[in-house]
Amino acid sequence: MEKVVKVLSRAVPLPNEDIDTDQIIPARFLKATSREGFGENLFRDWRYNSDNTPKTSFVLNNSTYGGSILVAGKNFGCGSSREHAAWALYDYGFRVVVSSFFADIFKGNALNNGLLPVQVSEDFLQELIETVKLRPDTEVEVDLVNQSISFNEFEESFEVNSYKKECLINGYDDIDYLVSIKNEIEAFEKQAVTI
Amino acid sequence: MGKTLFDKVWDAHVVKQIDGGTDVLYIDRHLIHEVTSPQAFSELETRNLPLFRKEKMVATPDHNIPTKDQHLPIKDALSKHQVDRLLENCAKYDVELYGLGHPFQGIVHVIGPELGITLPGRTMVCGDSHTSTHGAFGAIAFGIGTSQVAQVMASQCLLQSKPKTMRITVDGELNKGVLAKDIILHIIAELTAAGGTGYFIEYAGSAIRSLSMEARMTICNMSIEMGARGGMIAPDETTFDYIEGREFAPKGAAFEQAVDYWKTLHSDADAVFDQEYHFDAADIEPMITYGTNPGMGIKIKDNIPEKLAASNQDSYRKSLDYMGFLPGESLMGKEINHVFIGSCTNSRIEDLRIVADYVKGKKKADHVQAMIVPGSKQVEKQAIAEGLDIVLKEAGFELREPGCSACLGMNDDKVPAGAYCVSTSNRNFEGRQGPGSRTLLASPLVAAVTAVQGKIVDITEFLN
Repeated sequence: MEKVVKVLSRAVPLPNEDIDTDQIIPARFLKATSREGFGENLFRDWRYNSDNTPKTSFVLNNSTYGGSILVAGKNFGCGSSREHAAWALYDYGFRVVVSSFFADIFKGNALNNGLLPVQVSEDFLQELIETVKLRPDTEVEVDLVNQSISFNEFEESFEVNSYKKECLINGYDDIDYLVSIKNEIEAFEKQAVTI
Repeated sequence: MGKTLFDKVWDAHVVKQIDGGTDVLYIDRHLIHEVTSPQAFSELETRNLPLFRKEKMVATPDHNIPTKDQHLPIKDALSKHQVDRLLENCAKYDVELYGLGHPFQGIVHVIGPELGITLPGRTMVCGDSHTSTHGAFGAIAFGIGTSQVAQVMASQCLLQSKPKTMRITVDGELNKGVLAKDIILHIIAELTAAGGTGYFIEYAGSAIRSLSMEARMTICNMSIEMGARGGMIAPDETTFDYIEGREFAPKGAAFEQAVDYWKTLHSDADAVFDQEYHFDAADIEPMITYGTNPGMGIKIKDNIPEKLAASNQDSYRKSLDYMGFLPGESLMGKEINHVFIGSCTNSRIEDLRIVADYVKGKKKADHVQAMIVPGSKQVEKQAIAEGLDIVLKEAGFELREPGCSACLGMNDDKVPAGAYCVSTSNRNFEGRQGPGSRTLLASPLVAAVTAVQGKIVDITEFLN
């Protein structure tokens, strides 16, 4: 996993609420057996017409906006557990998603892939969306070490699980740790209630 | 202070706690399918790691398989490749596999319980959010991403922060025509699509106790639709009766011993939940959704709300525009062209019986395409043994072979763009059943009545 420490970038506003993982990557694109290439179909049905021409009204097709930070409405990533949603966002080039509320499984998947979910207050989110819409060149800074997000004169701190924070900063993942405690897991198995 | 059911099962599976809030949680059973497992197997290969406990895994293809002519090779090259990868990986790592044509094949969340793999007190995971289904047995069961699938393969454990606990109590007697699906759609409509996020839910109360295991599974299945990681119901005699004699359930003295343990799996009287909600069964009526998330549900007879407290006006409008509905409008009389009965929410034998019982001697409306997809080979076999296949066929329903099918439209079972589908599945997201499809979630009974009437009606007027 790539390390994440600090991201300074412009941002893409997508204020829709309850963006589910079926929108992020529709099920019909889940047939691949590798992790790569999902960015091409990120937000497929919002981004393209049925004849594969781009929908000009969709924010990813508007060259005014860009950057590696996606700013989205509350309850981002609800629905299916497909990790392909996190892979698609990452593959497209996003490194941070900012929202006022994240669905649990998506949040975990994002953290396992070096995509940082930054949960902010609803007021901060609205301020950020309005600012970026008005001034698409606004730079947003996300600092994982200090757990802060800022733009212009606005700044807010965000929560992140301290273990996951270490993982992100160092580029470790859970599997390394779990394999390293094999002996303890085997000891647990010997005394566990087995049914 | 007493413990909740959730605490009892969780605490019994904590290998160790690291860094304050994170537990190493031991997983008793791991279900896998073709869509979310290939990258996890690749992860093991890349890291040169063995599969830690192959005997705790079961695999079956369900998400992207055809529901017609399953004895023939899969036509879609990508689907075939993905299913083939599952077969190859299971062969290579010696994982128990119920492939196409196997008498145990089916939707993972249907076969786990019917084979006695799902048991009270177990921890279970699968790379699928509807793993919450298994909580109906008093198991802690939740969906995980593919990185976590790899973690469980490598260590039989997951790193997890313990969620908060919520209890939802439903007391009283259910109204005529109200099924488990209506109960859960009612709850989600009240609590919203994000109302359970961060929580693990226990469903309790006399109305829940009165339900069959199939109905309890429908309730727990949709816990994720309010954002909860999972839902569970304390095991009782209904649970034990269901489990006894199942293929992999404990037998004889081992079963009796297990029941003794399972009887301890309930929330203590003085257990405290982080959040509690109470519902009166008398307030619940047949439900239907009108929007693009499962929280957008109403009593069939009610009008679509003018606005939604949980949603900003822009998002609400977008959702209704997608569905082709107006705020304040009634759904009564809306013509429906597609009816889908199936999915891990409602594809069990009881669901098929409910539909067959209603449509017996009736015909679906001419303009409706009605598809019914059993959840597993065992459900299919049972339906045929009971003659339900004939009843359904005579009513004009097409009975397909088991799989996830039109719930997510990964295979050919799709709803055309712009068309309305009354569906017993769990998600009404934009394009869920095919690009541009419009889904209205409902119970199998509402779906059956809709198929016959060809439009949305107040089903209580059509019941005996």
